[in-house]
Amino acid sequence: MGHPFRDVAIVGVYNTKQARVLEGHDTQSIALEAALGAIADAGLEPRDIDGVVGGIASNFLYQSRIGPAWRSMSPLGIPAVIEGAMAIACGLANTVLIATGEAGSYRQHASTAPWTRPTNEFVAAYGMFTAAEFALMARRHMHMYGTTPESMAHVAATIRNNGHINPEAVYFGRGPFTAADVLESRMVADPFHLLDCAMTSEGGTALVLTRADRTDDTAKAPVYLLGGGTDHYGPSYQHPPVWDLGGVRRPDLIAGHVGRRAAEEAFAVAGLGPSDVDICEFYDPFSFELIRQFEAFGFCAEGEGGDYVMSGVIEPGGRHPITTDGGTMSFSHGGASVQLFQRVVRGVQQLRGECLSSQVPDAEVAMCTGGGAGALFTDVLLLGKDRP
Amino acid sequence: MSLLIPQSGDIPLPVPGPISEPYWQGCREGVLRFQRCLDCGAPTHTPALLCAACASRSLEWVDSSGRGEIYSWTRVWRPVTPAFVTPYVPIIVTMEEGWNVLSNLVGCEDDAVAIGKAVEVVFHNSGGADDIVLPYFQLVG
Repeated sequence: MGHPFRDVAIVGVYNTKQARVLEGHDTQSIALEAALGAIADAGLEPRDIDGVVGGIASNFLYQSRIGPAWRSMSPLGIPAVIEGAMAIACGLANTVLIATGEAGSYRQHASTAPWTRPTNEFVAAYGMFTAAEFALMARRHMHMYGTTPESMAHVAATIRNNGHINPEAVYFGRGPFTAADVLESRMVADPFHLLDCAMTSEGGTALVLTRADRTDDTAKAPVYLLGGGTDHYGPSYQHPPVWDLGGVRRPDLIAGHVGRRAAEEAFAVAGLGPSDVDICEFYDPFSFELIRQFEAFGFCAEGEGGDYVMSGVIEPGGRHPITTDGGTMSFSHGGASVQLFQRVVRGVQQLRGECLSSQVPDAEVAMCTGGGAGALFTDVLLLGKDRP
Repeated sequence: MSLLIPQSGDIPLPVPGPISEPYWQGCREGVLRFQRCLDCGAPTHTPALLCAACASRSLEWVDSSGRGEIYSWTRVWRPVTPAFVTPYVPIIVTMEEGWNVLSNLVGCEDDAVAIGKAVEVVFHNSGGADDIVLPYFQLVG
C-alpha cells in the first residue's frame, strides 16, 4: 500500500482576529469569516469546495449554495483534518473545507468556561474542571519522577514569550515572562499557577485540503500530511484521570502516555522519528502537558521530560521549538474546538515560511498535536513540505 | 491553611441512572459499593455494564472496606462555579480492593494532603431531588 495521504495537500489556512471578546460576532459569523479566509488563502472560490467538515462548515455549505457536497460532523481538531484528508484520498471529495469558530458563548466569568466542566455524576460534585483534571495527572508525575514546578513554569514562560512577540496573539506585548513570573502568579489548581494555564478567548479558524494533483492552481506551496493518528481512552472529564489507566489490548500503553501509539504510527507511516521534527506545535492546555508529550512521543525517556524541557531544546533557536505562536496560553483559546485546529494551522504557516514571528528557518517537518492526558486523548499530525 | 469540609452550597449534584443507582443507594445507606466481576474477580468503577478487565457482563455489587490511599491530588483555588468554597482538594483514591475513585479530601488542613496517605470514606448528605449522599474521604490516624 502506498502512503495514505500521498494524494492530499493542505492548501489554505486562516485564523480570524483572535481576542478576549470579538464585539459584533457570534459563533456562526466568525466561523464563516474563517472559512472565507482559508478559501482565499488557497486562491480558490467557495464553488471549488465539494466537501465540508464540522457543523459550522455545514452552515457555510448552505449559505454559499455549494451543495450537494460531502459532509462530516467530525468536530475536534486533528481527527477532523485526518477525516477530511481521508475523504479526498478515498475519492469522496476533491476539495474539503474545515471551519470552526466561537464567539459570545463565554462572557460571564464567575464560573470557568462551559467547555471546561462537562456534567457528569462522578466528577461534577467534586468541583472538577480541566485545570484540576490535568493537575491530577501532573501531580502523579511529580510524585513518580520528581518533576518540578520550575520546569513547568519554564515551558509556560517559553510559550508565553512566543505570544508576546506575535502581533496576532491575544496577549501580544504582555511579556516577556520568566519562570519566576509564572511561579509568582496566583494558584489555580496546584501545581498549576494562573500562567501555567490556557486562557479563554474568541476566534475562528479554517483549513482547506485538496487533491495533490490540483495544487498547480492554488496560491501557496502545498503542505502535506506525512502521518497522523489519534489515541483516545474514552470520554473526557467523566471518569477519574488516572495516570496508570490501562487497556486490556495494549497494557503497556497507559493513559499517562496517551498519544504514544498515535505518534509511533505516524512516525512509521512518515518514515521519520522524533529527531527529524523541526517544529513542535504541541497543544498546551497546561504547562505540564508539554513535558508529558515529549515523553509520550519518544523525544526523551519516561520521567525525563522535566529535564528535557530545561535543556535548551524548546526555545526559539532550539532543536525542537514549541508552540511558536503562543498557543492557548497567549495566542488564543477560542472555545471548545477552535484552538484544537490552530496547532495544524501554525504548522502549515511555519512550513510555508510565512510566520510573522518565531519563524523557524528552513523547517521541513512539523509535529502538531491536540488534547492531553487530563482529557484522556491525544491526537498527532506530522506535516511536511515534500509530497510523501 | 484552612480546614477542608464538604461543600454545602448549590453545587452540581449527580443524577443517578439505572446503572449507577446501586452506587448512590449504597451511599445513602452509608456503604461505599463497587462492581466486581463474577467471572474474573476484577473491580470496576465508575459503574458500568462491562467488566473493565474481561468485558464480562456478569457484575455484582459488593461493599468496599471504605479504605484506601491517596493516588493523586490537586488543591483548587479558582472555583469551577461560585458555589464552591475554596480551597478544595480533589483526590483520586486507590481503594483497598484495587479500584480508583475521585472525591474530595475533608476533615484536615488543606496542606495535609499527600500521595500515599491512608484515607477512609465519610458520607455527607447533600440532598437535592435524588436525596444524594456524597462520599468524601478523610485521613486515617
